[in-house]
Amino acid sequence: MIQLAVEIPYWGQSLLRVLGGLVAVLLPAGTIVYLFLFKMMSFMQSRLGPMEAGPYGSLQLVAEVGKWMQKEDLAPDQADHSIFKIAPLVVLTSTFLLVVVVPFGPDAYFTDFAVGVFYGLAVASVSVLGILIAGWASANKYSLLGGLRAAGQLIAYELPMVLATLGVVIQAGSMNLQDIVVAQNTGEIFGFGGLGNPFVITQFLGFVIFMIAVQAELTQPPFDMPIAESELVSGYMTEYSGFRFLIFFIAEFATAGVFAFVASVLFLGGWGVPFDWFGWNNIDQVDDWMNVVGPLIMFTKMLVLTFIIMWVRFSFPRFREDQLQTFAWKVLIPLALANTAVTAIFKVAF
Amino acid sequence: MPDKPKVPGLFKGLGITLGILKDTVVDGANTVQYPHEKEAPPIRARGVIALHEENCTACMLCARSCPDWCIYIEGHKQLAPPRRAGGKPRQVNHLDRFDIDYALCMYCGICVEVCPFDALFWSPEYEYSEPKIADLLHDKEKLGEWMETVPEAPDLEAGANKK
Amino acid sequence: MTMMSDRQQLSYIAGQAADARLNVELETEGMTLNIGPQHPATHGTLRIICRLDGEQVVWAEPGCGYMHRGYEKLTEVRTFPQVTTLVNRIDWLGSFANEVPFILAAEKLMDIEAPPRAQMIRTILFELSRIANVSLFLGDLGVQMGAITPVFLAFRDREYVLNLIEGATGGRFHPNFDRIGGLKDDLPKGWIDETRQVMVKLREFCDIIEDLLFGNEIFQSRMRGIGIIPADIAKDYGLSGANLRASGVDYDLRRDQDLPMAWDKADFKVWTHPDGDSFARCWVRLQETRESCRIVEQLLDQIPAGPIMTKVPRIIKVPEGEAWVSTENPLGEMGYYVVSKGDLGPFRVKIRSASFNNISIVPWVLKGVYVPDVITILASLYFILGDIDR
Repeated sequence: MIQLAVEIPYWGQSLLRVLGGLVAVLLPAGTIVYLFLFKMMSFMQSRLGPMEAGPYGSLQLVAEVGKWMQKEDLAPDQADHSIFKIAPLVVLTSTFLLVVVVPFGPDAYFTDFAVGVFYGLAVASVSVLGILIAGWASANKYSLLGGLRAAGQLIAYELPMVLATLGVVIQAGSMNLQDIVVAQNTGEIFGFGGLGNPFVITQFLGFVIFMIAVQAELTQPPFDMPIAESELVSGYMTEYSGFRFLIFFIAEFATAGVFAFVASVLFLGGWGVPFDWFGWNNIDQVDDWMNVVGPLIMFTKMLVLTFIIMWVRFSFPRFREDQLQTFAWKVLIPLALANTAVTAIFKVAF
Repeated sequence: MPDKPKVPGLFKGLGITLGILKDTVVDGANTVQYPHEKEAPPIRARGVIALHEENCTACMLCARSCPDWCIYIEGHKQLAPPRRAGGKPRQVNHLDRFDIDYALCMYCGICVEVCPFDALFWSPEYEYSEPKIADLLHDKEKLGEWMETVPEAPDLEAGANKK
Repeated sequence: MTMMSDRQQLSYIAGQAADARLNVELETEGMTLNIGPQHPATHGTLRIICRLDGEQVVWAEPGCGYMHRGYEKLTEVRTFPQVTTLVNRIDWLGSFANEVPFILAAEKLMDIEAPPRAQMIRTILFELSRIANVSLFLGDLGVQMGAITPVFLAFRDREYVLNLIEGATGGRFHPNFDRIGGLKDDLPKGWIDETRQVMVKLREFCDIIEDLLFGNEIFQSRMRGIGIIPADIAKDYGLSGANLRASGVDYDLRRDQDLPMAWDKADFKVWTHPDGDSFARCWVRLQETRESCRIVEQLLDQIPAGPIMTKVPRIIKVPEGEAWVSTENPLGEMGYYVVSKGDLGPFRVKIRSASFNNISIVPWVLKGVYVPDVITILASLYFILGDIDR
């Protein structure tokens, strides 16, 4: 741990962690919503996007949050009220649970689990529960259809995600996310250490599979059958309005940001640049200023990956449910298994 | 035709959206940011109908030909002084009331077309919405004010026979 | 029960029987899903009542009439110019095309023909409204599939066509430009050059849509082989327009009919497709848009000089008689049967709109498809609610 001049009591540290977690989740969400959803989507459609709220529409998200918060809290009469109300919170909780395991610097992390990858993949599935109960509890046939589609899709695409991560874990030799970052930044590719060893190069197939699985986990087009705006209006979110819809909305983009964080840790080298550039040999030699620069580097990498997710989102139509499942079970999982097998062979052989 | 390399349609689509993104960043978007910027409508645009009161004789042709019956005309006959001294006083139609209800108007232009005395004109003005629907009934004075915004008829294409 | 008509009773019983069959075979209850009348996918207030088994449609029926405005009754108490204004609003996307068959029917009753310049400009505006209509279809197709980008490109490029129509007629959506005996006004100066430039832009738009949407593998896998309508079934149900041509039937009223319009002066190809699936219908419309651009460019070079209106009396009274004229509208075959008793207005107008017959095939084609495919098929059939309900 860093030696600070002032001794912070444990409750203070916990408060800092909570605030840091909020920032780590909500700041990416806000940036992604403004940069990509409002501006990039508009520019790709040859229009300007929101321009009135704030300079170039930068405060549009603030305006939208205000708008949603002052709406009436409606729930359908026949909905299961308690479950209807906690469903969005369940989805958002999984995002917060996932971000605690992402390292932002050599000492800037919330927790340092030895089985960080395992924990991360496990809590990422909690959002599936939230979506399912939102679909069932809404007392609406469209929501039900959306929830059922979501159940099939999200469970199907968890497997390629896990298997792609498995390749990274084999190559890094550890499930601890901090160790994975260090392994990428201190490693070398075929003797050339200038770039470190970002796993996106050696695990390119795993990276592609992971990104596709992330796109499906976020129910973004082309995998947005659960929402399917032109058929199911809003799928499982149809009956939600006001504050509850705001939570779903924020959760969608916050989860995109956090998955991009995880992907950048697993494949792009996380918070670090190749240690060779500064002459460090292991994590203890990394300077303290990396705790400030590290989060910025993570932010940048997160923006790059989210750009790709959003770019694909705005360009493609959606798959039909059975095509989606075929793609997952017959294409992605065999490829991911093959990737894992080849990685294991290479790890043992070399 | 040279053999084009087979780029999967997915990547071509991504390339197209990226290209549009670049074009918008470089050239600007097609958006006209109303109300800060306004596009000028074409000359013939049917925005609002203006009344040239001197020409109107309250013949009721426009009110009869309106598909929605949104023109309300009232007039009365009165005696006007003779054209030259020593003649007899002549009877003229005096227009009392000429209202167009723009809440009903279909903007079809039949009234402007059938008027035999050229008392009605189209103007491209379109910014006259009101918070109260009753205010959309434009009376004689307001219709006369729209006359200032009536443009000259445009020149016609080559080969047209002017009437 | 006695309040329902015989047909409704049969439908109800059939639905009950379908449910009972499901109950026996699968021990599940069929779910009845209303797609519409308020729904993002139905181009308006159309209600499709589906009985589902899981995600598969067992029985479907369209419930239209939510937008019925009583056009045929309205025309009984209107004069001919007033009816011309009203019928703009039937198919509101390609609205000039609605006026033309009505005016042609009235001219047929009066036994007059518009001068050649008017016929040419009428045809050009007709094709422009076809381009405006179908380019929106191409964009909307993306939205139904989930691709949100093409629709904005469609609206952007459609604006150019609407500006052209506004420059000539004064109204973007409701031109109200056709008159018995010719057109209301001549073209303003510079219109022909502007139209040429707009046609270039529309062709680029068609190319973009072809690459962005039609070339996309996901789009093709959603559309190919879905909703196949064989040619004889299409003819039996009275489909028309691109729906018919996509099933392989080579029938185009522009070429096969002899109307006083200028289509015989342009050289154009009638596109057909042998498959008859959703992709074929959309593809045929894309090619037709390109073909319309070609027609407009050819006709622009050939506009003859002359008057824009024949000699007609100021107050037009159409002589007694009945006339039927139908044209190849953007949505299909639209026709008017005008009965006149020598008055200022028609005695009775029967409007044969294309979309009403096009959706009659919905019960047949939606059997056994998945819910997402329902949207695909409805999107490819392409109807406008104003056209169905009038």
